[in-house]
Amino acid sequence: MKGGGLRIYAVLYLVFLYAPIVLLPIFAFNDSTIIAFPLSGFTTKWFGELADIPALHGAVLNSLMIAITTSLLATTLGICASRASARYAFPGKKPIMGFIMLPLVLPEIIVAVALLVVLLALGLPLGAWTVILGHVLICTPFSIAILTSAFANMDRSLEEAAVDLGETPWSTFRLITLPLVMPGIISSLLISFTISLDEFIIAFFLTGTEPTLPVYLWSQLRFPQKIPAVMALGTILVALSVLLLTIAEYYRRRGVARAGGKDTGGFL
Amino acid sequence: MSRRQRSGRLGRSEAASGLLLVSPTALYALLLLAAPLATILAFSFWSQDYLTIDRSFTLKNYQEAFASQANGDMSLYLELMFRSLRISGAVTVATVLLAFPMAYFVSFHVAPSRKSMWIFLITIPFWTSYLIRVFLWKVILGYNGVFNTTLQGVGIIDEPLTFILYNANAVVITLAHAYAPFAILPIFVALEKIDRSLLEASRDLGENHITTFLRVTLPLAMPGVVAAVLIVFIPTIGDYVTPRLVGGPGGQMIANMIQTQFLKLNNAPMGAALAVLAMLMVGAISVIFVMLNRRFLGGQK
Repeated sequence: MKGGGLRIYAVLYLVFLYAPIVLLPIFAFNDSTIIAFPLSGFTTKWFGELADIPALHGAVLNSLMIAITTSLLATTLGICASRASARYAFPGKKPIMGFIMLPLVLPEIIVAVALLVVLLALGLPLGAWTVILGHVLICTPFSIAILTSAFANMDRSLEEAAVDLGETPWSTFRLITLPLVMPGIISSLLISFTISLDEFIIAFFLTGTEPTLPVYLWSQLRFPQKIPAVMALGTILVALSVLLLTIAEYYRRRGVARAGGKDTGGFL
Repeated sequence: MSRRQRSGRLGRSEAASGLLLVSPTALYALLLLAAPLATILAFSFWSQDYLTIDRSFTLKNYQEAFASQANGDMSLYLELMFRSLRISGAVTVATVLLAFPMAYFVSFHVAPSRKSMWIFLITIPFWTSYLIRVFLWKVILGYNGVFNTTLQGVGIIDEPLTFILYNANAVVITLAHAYAPFAILPIFVALEKIDRSLLEASRDLGENHITTFLRVTLPLAMPGVVAAVLIVFIPTIGDYVTPRLVGGPGGQMIANMIQTQFLKLNNAPMGAALAVLAMLMVGAISVIFVMLNRRFLGGQK
């Protein structure tokens, strides 16, 4: 059979990739404080426990606020850069774009400590806004990666037609370009939101007295009796990410279809 | 011609429009990436006494990083640095070797209409909470963990395996999992670009499956493999969460020491020096790797 051995390998690889995520809900509904097999019984009490932790609610709100602000700012910056790179030729394009995309490969701890020393040197207080600054930096390259293909797939003659028909550059952008790349923009907003919501190391260094959700989770991992509630929280988070990603993927595909391009698959 | 006339009518040249449009993003990266990286370089030449920073130039931090211990062993900093390189190297090799067959399968054996579904399936785990994924590996690999209890239940082993948690092996397994999509996607993209008629030509000229793979497919997939190696190797060296949660004392890496210097010991300059050294090392190795690859694989971009 063609690719028979490879197919088995691929399925095993998927098992390896999904192993942690499959275990998460199993332990979240398990009636025991010890995270190990054999299972004890079904319970939803860990989910109920989540409702009684005010510190958690504060962290969730803080993270949501940071993630929403980050996704808006990163996508705005992403639109500028990807539009410039897809539409115009300008001097220094390669080094400029390369530098903007650098956080994609730079270890996050380097970004985190570099921002921390600047804030220390300037004597500025840490807080949600410093986390946002860091998150925008690392989310922008992802936004650009998504939006560059959206802008590049667009048929440019549509814009030229609008200009020829008397529209100004701004109204052309608003009436023609923006609707065509809207799926890419929504996809970029969702991806940036997801990255920011999950990001730990930059938040760990730059958050002040109000922790973000991952920083709060990190502090809870030290207490064995808190772990089942963490599993329950993790289950909710994973379900939420999968939902957001499915929506993002739906819009990305629709965008590819709308621009009449061929689907090359994936976000990266 | 018409395009030039049009941009002329708008009063701006193409280059100026492009630069203007890219400038907010470029400015942001300049202010929040270039300036901080320059600051960290400066910090690494300063010193700190409790909370006051002494801004006079000193090489003290670098001397301390390279100085041998009293008993002649290399400094803890250098040991951590080399261990980080070893672990990152092992993670890179494992991840890319495991990823290649997967990417090959999706590119060559999956129907075109279902490819994006496979890629989506591969990327989903990557987008779920990193902290929780790493923590679950601790649950899987632990003494009474899922892996050991399963193997004991099936009767393959009598005693739980202890070499898979709280050491460098655990870090390698966990990171190979975390960075899998980063390796699969570039290799997949490179494989997708290969003109299938080249493979047919090779077969027509008498090469078998294996020699066709080695002499046609693999060299053409090399740019993707190089990208995968870099995109796994560079970020893993700075990973903090995985060594901290599953690494045990023998699996700690340089990022853990950088964090300790900054947030526990109040020695930002030493932390900065370590960050600079880590970046230099990663950068140097990446450049050497790319150059070796060009040298031996003949001018591939």
